[in-house]
Amino acid sequence: MSFSDVISLLRISLHAMVPLALTAVGEIVGETAGLFNIGLEGILLLSAFAGALGAEFGGPYVGLLVGMGVGGVMSLLFAVINTYWKGTQMITGIGINLFAMGFVAFGLIQLGAPGFHDVPRAVSLFKIRTPIGMYSPVILLALILPFVVHWFIKRTRAGLMLKAAGEMPEAADVAGININRIRVLAAVFGGMLAGLAGAYMSVAWLGLVTKGLSAGRGFIALACVVFSGLNPLLALLAAFIFGFFQALAEWVKTLPSKPIPGEFVSMLPYIVTLLVVSGAIGRVRFPKFLGVPYKRE
Amino acid sequence: MSTNELQRQSRLLRGVHRTLTGLHPALESLIAALVGLLVGAILMYAWGFNPWKAYIALIQGAYGGSYEWASSLSRATPLILTALTFSICLRAGMFNIGAEGQMYVGAIAAVCIAYFTLPPGLHHIVGLIFAAVVGAAWSLVPAALKLMRGVSEVISTIMFNWIARWMALYIAIFVIVDPIRTERTVAIPLSARFPILVPRTDLSYGIFVSIAFALFIYFLLWHTATGYELRAAGLNPSAARYGGIRNKRTMFLSFILGGISAGLAGAVIVMGMPPTYAVIGGGGLPQLLNMGFDGMAVAMVGRNHPLGIIVAAVFFGGLNAGGRVMQFYGSNPVPLEMVRVVMGAIVLAMSIPELIRLFPMAKKGGENLIRTIRRATRGATEEESA
Repeated sequence: MSFSDVISLLRISLHAMVPLALTAVGEIVGETAGLFNIGLEGILLLSAFAGALGAEFGGPYVGLLVGMGVGGVMSLLFAVINTYWKGTQMITGIGINLFAMGFVAFGLIQLGAPGFHDVPRAVSLFKIRTPIGMYSPVILLALILPFVVHWFIKRTRAGLMLKAAGEMPEAADVAGININRIRVLAAVFGGMLAGLAGAYMSVAWLGLVTKGLSAGRGFIALACVVFSGLNPLLALLAAFIFGFFQALAEWVKTLPSKPIPGEFVSMLPYIVTLLVVSGAIGRVRFPKFLGVPYKRE
Repeated sequence: MSTNELQRQSRLLRGVHRTLTGLHPALESLIAALVGLLVGAILMYAWGFNPWKAYIALIQGAYGGSYEWASSLSRATPLILTALTFSICLRAGMFNIGAEGQMYVGAIAAVCIAYFTLPPGLHHIVGLIFAAVVGAAWSLVPAALKLMRGVSEVISTIMFNWIARWMALYIAIFVIVDPIRTERTVAIPLSARFPILVPRTDLSYGIFVSIAFALFIYFLLWHTATGYELRAAGLNPSAARYGGIRNKRTMFLSFILGGISAGLAGAVIVMGMPPTYAVIGGGGLPQLLNMGFDGMAVAMVGRNHPLGIIVAAVFFGGLNAGGRVMQFYGSNPVPLEMVRVVMGAIVLAMSIPELIRLFPMAKKGGENLIRTIRRATRGATEEESA
């Protein structure tokens, strides 16, 4: 393994880290307020598809914005069902995942080629040229955002209100905070980040949409959140670890000697996720009212 | 597991079995199904299809005659079993999303019986037992991780789905592959295939395995002490523990039953679905793909009750069978994937406990919106005139 291999491995890890980090940070905001969204996988897939369409319509920025919009709308639906309408969060999430799986496969058939759709080079996002490879500007955002969110949750009044909505909704309600509105806002913010992550995958990174594009990333992002214990900085670290193993799997597959069968290499990110999560549990504590719709007595 | 966590989990689950205020659960499922079909119709209309024609083709293709009924029932066969996986664990208070992976390993295990010869009957039973044992073993790992390390079963079962998928692909392509036709595994021998129930269709005796297992689960959950403990642990874990129910035991039991069910689903697919009677490895396990996820939709619409699940599975099996007709329907070919969009919308609708109350709420919200817009526009025109 030469030095250039190491560099390229790290570069791909950074690329693979971005969707995980963005999604995980968004989900941390949502979970702090008390909403547990397992529909992230579906949101990633839907926004990747919508982002690709948007990019072909009006360029890469429109693509990213459309992706964020779709993510926000799906999360808005999720949040309204689970706050104002007192729904069951797990079931809503499963519904979003099923819906996205069907809708993207359906949309890809309508676009002509069943199974996949190429995003033309011309509309993919520009990349910043550095001595150690080309990077998408979204990576910068993914590296900065966890710090901003960390500061927001720990140091601002709005961040405290967010925590109160998840930890002690009754007390917060008495203090005059609108629990449902806070939860909806938090979930929409998280959904927009997940949407950005999805659009990043199709518009800025891979340059194509397939019906299995998200490949469990939504759930791996949830694993990042579990690992981090709702600390955005740890989530960034977890996202890098998981991104690294995804990159490693891709890299091992391209080796000419094929030391391990491709199928086993593809398992690697999921096995590592399991190992890391089972090692991390025990010390983390989640908001008391995570997953519970708030009802005034 | 700490008491705090148990309480959190019970709160998380409280909504699952709750029904509409004063409405029969079956009626609630019906409303959700109608909402799902409506969402599907709107999407079809938006993409330029005629939803009315498409649904007529779908219903005719699903329940139009004995052939159509047979193919609907044949598609319902594995769905009953994967739905049971989700429901049993949900009744015990856990979200087992791993039916997909447990079904893959079950199907692979069932194919392995091709390597020895046994008399018919015994061969069937050995195949089913193989699949059930392997499926249960696969589901035990997430259960153990949950118990010993506190790993959320949602995450671990999903990760196990992916691992199972790649492992099944590897085994199907390299280990038990048919030497002549390399895109699939060795075929189940004649002595272990379920005979066809209705001639010239793909409905086999495998459906009796599904129905028998569903009835067994019904009996177990509602007519034995073990089943009572299992349901009690799901409804309120801390109360159940004070009542002397060992939560860990019920948790393991629910995962084992779920794994058996999903493994059997894999077995009835490979042992009872003509024409291949083998796992097709090429193209990523096409005949198994998504059966586990569709099972969750079936479980929700079936209200997590074995008898409800049978009815819901016939409905979803009909959607799948009718969808195949719909996609080749003359001037209006709607792709089969629309069926899964409808499923997702149905599950979304099922997650809203007070669905029926939404209609007056939406009406009120709409009126408010119109009033606000009118006020805003009036304000604007007044400003202009001033």
